[in-house]
Amino acid sequence: MSAPKTLYDKIWDAHVAHEAEDGTCLLYIDRHLVHEVTSAQAFEGLRIAGRKVRAPHKTIAVPDHNVPTTLDRADPATMTEESRIQVNALDTNAKEFGVHYYPVSDVRQGIVHIVGPEQGWTLPGMTVVCGDSHTATHGAFGALAHGIGTSEVEHVLATQTLIQKKSKNMKVEITGKLKPGVTAKDITLAVIGETGTAGGTGYVIEYCGEAIRDLSMEGRMTVCNMAIEGGARAGLIAPDETTFAYCKGRPNAPKGADWDAALENWKTLYTDEGAEFDLVVTLKGEDIQPVVTWGTSPEDVLPITATVPSADDFEGGKVAAAQRSLDYMGLTPGQKLTDIAIDTVFIGSCTNGRIEDLRAAAEILKGKKIKDGLRAMVVPGSGLVRAQAEEEGLADIFKDAGFEWRMAGCSMCLAMNPDQLAEHERCASTSNRNFEGRQGYKGRTHLVSPAMAAAAAITGKLTDVRTLT
Amino acid sequence: MEKYEKLTGIAAPMPLVNIDTDMIIPKVFLKSIARTGFGKNLFDEMRFNRDGTEIPDFVLNKPQYRDASILIAGDNFGCGSSREHAPWAIADFGIKCIISTSFADIFFNNSFKNGILPIVMPQEVVDVLMQDAEKGANARMTVDLESQIVTTSDGEEFSFEVDAFKKHCLLNGLDDIGLTYQKIDAIDAFEAEQAAKAPWL
Repeated sequence: MSAPKTLYDKIWDAHVAHEAEDGTCLLYIDRHLVHEVTSAQAFEGLRIAGRKVRAPHKTIAVPDHNVPTTLDRADPATMTEESRIQVNALDTNAKEFGVHYYPVSDVRQGIVHIVGPEQGWTLPGMTVVCGDSHTATHGAFGALAHGIGTSEVEHVLATQTLIQKKSKNMKVEITGKLKPGVTAKDITLAVIGETGTAGGTGYVIEYCGEAIRDLSMEGRMTVCNMAIEGGARAGLIAPDETTFAYCKGRPNAPKGADWDAALENWKTLYTDEGAEFDLVVTLKGEDIQPVVTWGTSPEDVLPITATVPSADDFEGGKVAAAQRSLDYMGLTPGQKLTDIAIDTVFIGSCTNGRIEDLRAAAEILKGKKIKDGLRAMVVPGSGLVRAQAEEEGLADIFKDAGFEWRMAGCSMCLAMNPDQLAEHERCASTSNRNFEGRQGYKGRTHLVSPAMAAAAAITGKLTDVRTLT
Repeated sequence: MEKYEKLTGIAAPMPLVNIDTDMIIPKVFLKSIARTGFGKNLFDEMRFNRDGTEIPDFVLNKPQYRDASILIAGDNFGCGSSREHAPWAIADFGIKCIISTSFADIFFNNSFKNGILPIVMPQEVVDVLMQDAEKGANARMTVDLESQIVTTSDGEEFSFEVDAFKKHCLLNGLDDIGLTYQKIDAIDAFEAEQAAKAPWL
């Protein structure tokens, strides 16, 4: 019998098209997702070299990073000249090279990491890449998924492979049950708080344990999405009945006999008993609390009940970084996190822009109003999420509460389009990065779950959602 | 890509940890569809005021470091977004080598594809190199990829590890896609086998 394998080992082994003596491999790529910001130079490279896209039917393009999310976005005047050039370039490239394409005018358009699973492009056991670090999201299906640079985008377009060396195996186990008010976002932030933003460097993480099993696909995508913020190449969750039920019937999922064959294969996608991990991290689900970030790194995580730390609480290079964060964020050590007043609330992104996220936020907001003077927006992750939320009455709850109800895109998560924070504006955000300037020049970001974002919108301060319910 | 030659130049110290790719090249500059011209916006928000004037304290604005070709950086350099605009900006500025205790995975891979050598060294070595860099423009460091040795301005030598394949590509200025095309038969064979075994893919 062969040696026990991890889930990562199995997917890796099934995709090695060539292995050199030094272990450098050509990893075959099953799905290549493409967006407008990191692909233009890659397509241009192909054109210059007279190369084709090897597998256009495995390549899916959608504009998301740079598109306006305002309701009038069909009007070209809503974009700057350079944004228009970039989106038009994707349009042209998608047609010229014959890849699947969801333009802005298509109701299926949205954030690439939401569209992929929604359309059934992402399936268990696949390799999935995209010129975007949050490609890790697709790991929720038990697919090996990671972000790549533009040179690698060009390489995958041309050869449908990636030059790779295998990463190490890391297991992150979340045991037991989550307490009320604690969500997938809190799990993934708590893990990064534990391991640090470089803790996962060189590893592929497999998330497991009862608290992970209990999550919906949406929650699992939230967890895997932020594997990259912990430094890992990818995050994985073994597929199970929850996964299969989500995939079944999706437009590009297998059907009939193909479905049966696929299912049989997918059921072998788990870590064998006795397989070894290079690193194991275990958190108790019941110990995880609703968390927020206080600083400018996703590892700056604290329970909402805590106080702002002091730079002296840290060691080494982190002392200077913590002081820089405190200055940038305009916070005073010892201040209660729940005393921090906010100006803006952003609900959306590939981390938390799915239907379940909107449901969780709407649940808190139902019949309530946002704090006077606050700016609050919901940007659904895709046109289909938006339509479903309208059908379920969630859009009305948001609008009645005082939220702007936007069109789909990345929006204020990376603030490349006009959805930006002003200088020193403070935001409770369901996105994934609180870096300096991430949501706008000198803007201040606190990462939270959708429920916590909704709670903050009502009170105008960072708020423990458990005190509202 | 140009062949990677032995490099002797000024090293700039950036001890800050977790320097992310949003810091290296803020997203407002990602709208170009070219690969060049990003160097003028390298570290934009740390380097310039909003009115475009320089922030004098920022290391690359100091007279002694304006022509730096090596960066000595804090832990986890290049974390965050996968944007290759980050190494494009670094290369366009003229920096060809970055030395740190650790790099984020995607940035690390992107660097090699753009003629930048990222070197991982233990903390105690980075500390020595950081001190050497702080001496300014007179202290020129040498990075020899061929022999895998970094030499400080005092002549102190430190060897480093580098992936053999990546080293080969850098030294010879090789194009990855061209190399992979040489193995196209293996890809064809894999694809045919997969199509038979897993037609749903």
